[in-house]
Amino acid sequence: MKLLLEHAHVEGIRYYDAYRKNGGYRAVEKAFKMTPDEIVEEVKKSGLRGRGGAGFPTGMKWSFLAKPEGIPRHLVCNADESEPGTFKDRYLMEFIPHLLIEGLIVSSFALGSNATYIYIRGEYAWIVDILEQAITEAKNNGWLGKNILNSGFDCEIYVQRGAGAYICGEETALIESLEGKRGNPRIKPPFPAIQGLWMRPTVVNNVETLAAVVPIMNIGGEAYSKIGVGRSTGTKLLSVCGNVKKPGIYEIDMTQSVEEFIFSDEYCGGIANGKKLKACIPGGSSVPILPANLLLKTAKGETRYMNYESLSDGGFATGSMMGSGGFIVFDEDQCVVRHTMTLARFYNHESCGQCSPCREGTGWMYKILKNIEYGKGKMSDIDLLWDIQRKIEGNTICPLGDAAAWPVAAAIRHFRDEFEWHVLNPEESQKRNFGLAHYADPIHVPTETA
Amino acid sequence: MKFSEEKLNKAKEIIARYPDGKQKSALIPLLHLAQEEFGGWLDVPAMDYVAGLLNILPIEVYEVATFYSMFNLKPVGKYIFEVCRTGPCMLNGSDDIIEYIKEKLNIREGETTPDGLFTLKPAECLGACGYAPMMQLGKHFREHLTKEKVDAIIDECRRNAAINN
Repeated sequence: MKLLLEHAHVEGIRYYDAYRKNGGYRAVEKAFKMTPDEIVEEVKKSGLRGRGGAGFPTGMKWSFLAKPEGIPRHLVCNADESEPGTFKDRYLMEFIPHLLIEGLIVSSFALGSNATYIYIRGEYAWIVDILEQAITEAKNNGWLGKNILNSGFDCEIYVQRGAGAYICGEETALIESLEGKRGNPRIKPPFPAIQGLWMRPTVVNNVETLAAVVPIMNIGGEAYSKIGVGRSTGTKLLSVCGNVKKPGIYEIDMTQSVEEFIFSDEYCGGIANGKKLKACIPGGSSVPILPANLLLKTAKGETRYMNYESLSDGGFATGSMMGSGGFIVFDEDQCVVRHTMTLARFYNHESCGQCSPCREGTGWMYKILKNIEYGKGKMSDIDLLWDIQRKIEGNTICPLGDAAAWPVAAAIRHFRDEFEWHVLNPEESQKRNFGLAHYADPIHVPTETA
Repeated sequence: MKFSEEKLNKAKEIIARYPDGKQKSALIPLLHLAQEEFGGWLDVPAMDYVAGLLNILPIEVYEVATFYSMFNLKPVGKYIFEVCRTGPCMLNGSDDIIEYIKEKLNIREGETTPDGLFTLKPAECLGACGYAPMMQLGKHFREHLTKEKVDAIIDECRRNAAINN
């Protein structure tokens, strides 16, 4: 089932003519025959959940937007995709830019945004040109600008480049950055829906979320809600990386089992180089890592599926999260300690520094993990790490603190023996890896939670 | 220290994207322009110039320039190898690529070759995890790196530099 990538392989789909020929901008035609509230209602009906990571219902977020008389409102597209393992928005923007532009026009009309901004991470420099080209084409064909389709509605879309800061993916940090400031998250409330960009009511949505508005308009919210499973409606893009045969972007309707997704030729094609599966981070670097046994089956021994509910089955004790869809696969020769160390370094580098638990804690975690990884760790360091991550989680203004704490917690929870092996074998651990141990053993399902 | 006519027009076009009085929103785009125009990095006069263009205090520019990792506050080489080393790239051998570049160019992380051509700047996740290992070179990504590809990229840069001289 493909909704977003249906025409991804059509030649020239990056440009207006091919996009239009393949049904492009029908959603805009349809939308302008409806009222803005009807569009919001349609999105609510679809059950679409935010594709950036948090999974919050999009229609509900839209309905929170304040509409005070005389104050302009804004839609901001979050294209700051920076979560390690995640590169799906890049694919959409690079190859099917008109899909995003079309989604933005419909959404801007629904929300009453006359000036809509795409905030894109600074490193995607060449994609800025692709998006601006698509905006120009859309404008030349009457889909943007003044009085679109004689509706009396004006809309301009602008692309703004960031400059290298993961934190700007957090919506209030993004707004600060868009205002020309450091990307320091704001204290909520007030929420952006009340006071966002320039203190005006603002909706911030992820690229994939806004692109999904197009198929929702085309097939209707109700039909969209019937695709998928339960509260995981529609289709989701997964960006797969790590040690699989076929890394890349996949669109799924969330009915596949994790096992099918990893091993079938239709998707990842199995583990590369004939190796075994050791572990996986299923939803971007911030979500808990799972050993193979808990990844393929839940703690209750049931098959685990690729959707919001099933991936989080068991909570953080034995489950994980769908997150941003950044699917990172580890083969048997990968070191969980080293990988966790790189993530700790990442979060330390990306902490904005406002909250001391995150600013200091991420640095401490990186230092301790570095010691363990390089054979200089002590047994007590493992407990110290656990203690630090616990003191970060929930104690910061924004979720970066949690995002930094969770990967460390999950690595210790499920791979404690690998950390201990590093401490006990300082020399050997520099020469070889810990290997698979019992992680891939389907019989070894922990009954106790950490 | 001044923008060329072309850059100045681009700056004006960017400032016009925001409501009146919200011109500070153009700060990050203008710093990108300044970095392109003034040799790949931002010194104090360059930042002060941008402050003047936006009619904001110099300190408002400094605090932003120091926050974002893409702004270089020290001179850099003509070609910056920003090699990603975060988890997903690490799983695919980015450590070896970084070691190879260090050896080949005889520089450490963050350093520039004496001829001023190359800077090695290890980077955190750049959003190309499925095509790892990778680096950013100028505006574009170089993906699926191998030692041979690194050799070819270095040769390509040297050739381009020779042509431009």
